[in-house]
Amino acid sequence: MSEQALSRREFFQLAGSGIVVLVCAGSLPAFAAEPPHYPEDINAYLLIGADGRVTVYSGKIEMGQGVMTSLAQMAAEELGVDVRSIDMVLGDTDRCPWDMGTFGSMTTRFFGPALRAAAAEARVALIEIAAARLGVPAGSLSARNGVVSVSGAPARQVSYAELAHGQQLVRRVGAAAVLKAAADFQVMGRPATRLDAQPKVTGEAKYAADVRLAGQLYARILRPPAHRCQLRSLDTSAAAAMAGVTVVRHDDLVAVLHADRERCDAALAALRAQWQPPPEAAPDQDGIFEHLMQASGTALKESTHRGDVLGARSHAARVFESTYRKGYVAHAPLEPHAALAEVAAGRATVWASTQTPFPTRERIAQVLGLAPQAVRVITPFLGGGFGGKSADRQAVEAARLAQLCGRPVQVAWDRSEEFFYDRFDPAAVVTLVSGLDADGHVALWDFTSYGSGERGAAHLYDIPNLRIRSGGAMSYEPSTAPQRLHPFEVGPWRAPGANMNVFAIESQMDIMAAACASDPLEFRLRHLTDVRMRRVLQAAAEAFGWKAAAAPSRRGVGIACSTDAGSCVAACAEVAVDEAQGTLRVVRVVCAEDLGIVVNPEGARMQIEGGVTMGLGYALSEELRFRGGDILDRNFDSYHLPRFSAVPHVEAIVVRNDQLAPQGGGEPPITIVGAVLANAVFDATGSRQLRLPMTPERVLAGLAAAKLHGS
Amino acid sequence: MAAAVAFRLNGRPVSLDAGHGRSLLWALRGELGLTGTKYGCGIGACAACTVLVDGRALRSCLTTIGDVAGREVVTIEGLARGGKLHPLQQAFADHGALQCGYCTPGMILGAHALLAATPHPSRAAIAAAMEQHLCRCGAHQRILAAIESVAAHADRVHE
Repeated sequence: MSEQALSRREFFQLAGSGIVVLVCAGSLPAFAAEPPHYPEDINAYLLIGADGRVTVYSGKIEMGQGVMTSLAQMAAEELGVDVRSIDMVLGDTDRCPWDMGTFGSMTTRFFGPALRAAAAEARVALIEIAAARLGVPAGSLSARNGVVSVSGAPARQVSYAELAHGQQLVRRVGAAAVLKAAADFQVMGRPATRLDAQPKVTGEAKYAADVRLAGQLYARILRPPAHRCQLRSLDTSAAAAMAGVTVVRHDDLVAVLHADRERCDAALAALRAQWQPPPEAAPDQDGIFEHLMQASGTALKESTHRGDVLGARSHAARVFESTYRKGYVAHAPLEPHAALAEVAAGRATVWASTQTPFPTRERIAQVLGLAPQAVRVITPFLGGGFGGKSADRQAVEAARLAQLCGRPVQVAWDRSEEFFYDRFDPAAVVTLVSGLDADGHVALWDFTSYGSGERGAAHLYDIPNLRIRSGGAMSYEPSTAPQRLHPFEVGPWRAPGANMNVFAIESQMDIMAAACASDPLEFRLRHLTDVRMRRVLQAAAEAFGWKAAAAPSRRGVGIACSTDAGSCVAACAEVAVDEAQGTLRVVRVVCAEDLGIVVNPEGARMQIEGGVTMGLGYALSEELRFRGGDILDRNFDSYHLPRFSAVPHVEAIVVRNDQLAPQGGGEPPITIVGAVLANAVFDATGSRQLRLPMTPERVLAGLAAAKLHGS
Repeated sequence: MAAAVAFRLNGRPVSLDAGHGRSLLWALRGELGLTGTKYGCGIGACAACTVLVDGRALRSCLTTIGDVAGREVVTIEGLARGGKLHPLQQAFADHGALQCGYCTPGMILGAHALLAATPHPSRAAIAAAMEQHLCRCGAHQRILAAIESVAAHADRVHE
């Protein structure tokens, strides 16, 4: 056992007495990147305490996606207890097993099985102890509602609390534990009220900026006016002269600190800094797309190639060439990044708004010169993440300042800092050449994505000659961020890259359907053998009341589908376009998803509704304005999130599939929003929108162009 | 220095140094220790920091301590009575009208002010009244449904 591992004794010191189950599930994808110095591949802990309560320890975090509740449901199901008897400890690096981070819709898919295995094993252990206690064979016992009883003689029973009392038992299991079948579910598959609802409606829920320590200081940090500017000169005298203000200057870090937040703000405003602009010009908003294609060069990564793409092009009856574009989009969680750090006696404790507590611990340890085990990252509730809290800048800043000042320090970004360091969803270009054969079948598909990677570029359509390539491969590691490609940092944004790629794929399918005068649904089904995808398309169409017609039918209806995170998702939408103003109103959206076995149907519907609603932003109104490294949109007065007036009725349909293990739910629905709305706009107007967001200006330009071509 | 300013906060008298334009938001979150009121934008554009002042919804980030002299301020912590959730709080929980929960206190207080002024608003009127409240998770239609359910029993709002 290496020094990093919790010993059994240490674990019980943390957890008290009871029954502990450790799951060693091995090489689950979510754990694959575990640094080699970490010990034992323990993926989940679960403790049954002497009070009968069950505590689940998971390195995952709750950012609104609902895993606090769905993970508790999984444990409750396998263990045979009420979901309300479960306490969740999430994202605490001292108490929870190592975890890579919460992203990629992977919690339910990959952590879920480990947790279920732990709970199933705990149930086996409880039955074994009960068998000895009651003097009956284990096979004659059954466990439910926190009680083990003798089958046929329910009066002979013993509670989990009694069984756990005085025990110091540790069990280990692999991932191969026998899990309940969907048909036997009592807790999973049924809607559960969020466990975090009560603290969130009363204001008791703590986020990172809500944690308070005695003697803490607030810090504000000097920021450059634009990315890649260098500090030329700095005069801190006015700030330093203010009562109670501490000025810290250490390497690249300049900060002012005060026990009162507003005085801290005033001190920041009193800093006099001059900045050197970057030596080379960065692309601006107008030049970014050309830049992305040029900077990607000819070194394209080919991920799929089947058939004869070049030959198919010369044989195709009709060829369609399109170029799709999308700008930078901010994560804009309502909670800006925040952290509170205390560094004392060679140990650091950091409360951080982060999706990656364990990697953040590593980074803080490295920067502070401490061993990782001397750093504890605690993750309170996150006020939204969407991939944007996968880095650790604010946590490292707070930790550095706490070390330098010898007092606890809170770093809580203001909205301008949040936009500046957002690590945006990258701008992207997709070029697509597709072709139809003489029978109206898609015979050619040549897809190239620039700028945002290839997630979502693969699809399920049966096309014989197909090539998928990408330029400027994405890497989200800060050290290798593609600075060459983008003028500021970019990063994972809810289904990274897929929103753009699906927009291109599903628009192109619509273009060809229209060219064949085919109904868009029928055209898709003609190219799909995948049973799950056909079923979600049909489910969405049926609930929507889809009536077959070729576009543009002037009804303003559209359809789109995609596969992401193991799920299949399809949507139908209706829009009304004001052809004088170029504005469009989304009237309604029906979205159907097959995400395998559903843990919490209510939670799944919330994720569908939320994904569709958030997607309205990148589809219609959200596009970051910038000039080189200068971020022009710094607040919600000029960067427009979807608001109540823009939100349509969203009908969420969970397509039941108990034959498949639970799949990802947080990301897939958002991937189709751009496409389904662009297709609906085409159906309404006959004008094809090739660029997101579809602002009124672009819609008007599209209408004018369509008129010019006499359509 | 500005003089101390007295007002009522969640039913109790408080007195604070008004400072030079000291903001209600940071006084609540700092000296008064009520962190249920959230910072979101600092310019009154997201409504996460909404509190009730004499029953009206105000952005606490744009409200000074001086502005609330002699007034009644209610934050999300002051809404439940005797351990019982306010009907709006209960409705938000029941309807799953939240995800990350960060905008929730402001949403609930904004809805509270709406129903105090207009006990039976239409769905469109609710949406219009909540227009300045931002939610990034996309809980909008559940928020509307939660408010609507309470509006249907508007006599319960001030029980």
